[in-house]
Amino acid sequence: MQYLLLIYTNENNFEKQTEAERGKITGEYMDFTKGIASSGQYKGGNRLDLTSKATTVRVRDGKRLVVDGPFAETKEQLAGYFLVEAKDLDEAIGIAARIPGARFGSIEVRPIVPVNIPSLV
Amino acid sequence: MTTTLSDRDSPGTLYKGEPVNVEQIYREESGRILATLIRLLGSFDLAEEAMQEAFATAVERWPAQGLPANPRAWLVSTARNKAVDLLRRRARFENKREELQRLDSLREQLVVESQIAHSQVGDSQAADSDQAEDSMLSDDRLRLIFTCCHPALSIEAQVALTLRTLCGLTTEEIAKAFLAPVPTMAQRLVRAKQKIRDAKIPYRIPPREDLPERLSAVMLVVYLVFNEGYNAASGDVLIRRELCAEAIRLGRLICELLPKESEAQGLLALMLLHDSRRDARLAANGEVLLLEEQDRRSWNLEQIAQGIALVESALSSAPVGPYSVQAAIAALHAQASNAEVTDWTQIARLYDVLLRLQPSPVVELNRAVAVAMDEGPAEGLRLLSELEARGELRGYHLLPAAQGDLLRRLERWSEAADAYRRALSLVTNEAERRFLAKRLAEIGLKA
Repeated sequence: MQYLLLIYTNENNFEKQTEAERGKITGEYMDFTKGIASSGQYKGGNRLDLTSKATTVRVRDGKRLVVDGPFAETKEQLAGYFLVEAKDLDEAIGIAARIPGARFGSIEVRPIVPVNIPSLV
Repeated sequence: MTTTLSDRDSPGTLYKGEPVNVEQIYREESGRILATLIRLLGSFDLAEEAMQEAFATAVERWPAQGLPANPRAWLVSTARNKAVDLLRRRARFENKREELQRLDSLREQLVVESQIAHSQVGDSQAADSDQAEDSMLSDDRLRLIFTCCHPALSIEAQVALTLRTLCGLTTEEIAKAFLAPVPTMAQRLVRAKQKIRDAKIPYRIPPREDLPERLSAVMLVVYLVFNEGYNAASGDVLIRRELCAEAIRLGRLICELLPKESEAQGLLALMLLHDSRRDARLAANGEVLLLEEQDRRSWNLEQIAQGIALVESALSSAPVGPYSVQAAIAALHAQASNAEVTDWTQIARLYDVLLRLQPSPVVELNRAVAVAMDEGPAEGLRLLSELEARGELRGYHLLPAAQGDLLRRLERWSEAADAYRRALSLVTNEAERRFLAKRLAEIGLKA
């Protein structure tokens, strides 16, 4: 079963960090990713750029509405994600708790709904 | 559902002339049976449906045919067959892959088990398998407890699901107990079961390293159920009594299943010791009576004896947790023949311990009251005014109520009256409001 682990952190705190602090956290993320890759749990993941560079798109009555900024203004922002394979929620929670961002932000664990999409390739 | 058996002879399965009380068996066994069915069938909903059908068949057959030798085993296997029928029907009409897969695995289970049953010849082997079966069954209830009280479910959902599945209460009864509309409660249960299924909350006993955290979540649910029954401001008296009884039953179950967990004993002791005073805490007219005003002869001595034995056992193994300390405090109250001879020094010390384990302004308030009983009202008042100055208990009626009581003891009547008026402006529970108003009126006569 797959879960998406959404990493929410406060961007303002990130901007306040020194180069050395950022380097340390980046190293922790590398170690963590290697760990779940070698256990076969890693299915994908990315770090996202700041919400100041986000654009939100909607289509209403066939008309495209494009606005600057994220979907919702929140205290913590979506900063990245991991897609993982876990046998149940407890295993997924266990992985989420080891993400470095869990110590200063929050990780939302969302089950992926299995859908059989016919192969497009 | 009580029916007296006919005199028809069917040896082995019939207890002649004994009434078959399916309802009682339902209350006692449904939690266990459901727990096992959830493991076997891998679905809460299917397990519930199959169990209901099995009990319906029992109601039809048992009064005429007599009680089977092992009603629980009969119900589990009947329910499993019902589940096969249910899945087959659904698979035929909806052609659902998931149901077909479940059906296949269930058929496999049944085949494997019948092979095992046929291969068993010797008595000792059968006894071994009985024992293994027993421990599997009690593990099932632990699995169910831990799944219902999984922290990924909201606390309201944990409570509702525990009462529904482990205690066998109906959705209507749970809704009534928590003063919630039935559709709201039904929705809460449906959502919780959907989350268990779709987010794949595991049906298992947590590994050793997670056990302390997960067990404390379970104990919180049990204690919430108890408190709802014990302290609720309103609601049906019978249902509230039932909630306390169910919480105590769950407490016993946890102690039985996890005998090495001393905090579980502490929690059970705490509930028994409180419950022992249930009848004494309300006057005939429904007024709440303080500990010192209660007729101690109406305390339940059997519950007190059980509670004290459990406290002693809980305190003898480290580390001592907050439930055990609270139970120890309750035990000291229970052992005193009146408020004056209560060991307040010891109680104040136990509150010190509790404060270290579980720092909270409410615990500090209780500690101040114990100190007042031990060292005199003036010292208690000093602690209470410190607490008041910190402002954390602003809006909590028991702070001015305690101040009023101590000022009353010091015969500072007008200050006491002011404190009771402040308490009255904050109180929400009707019985407590009447109590405070009565106190204020008494003071009015003296001021």
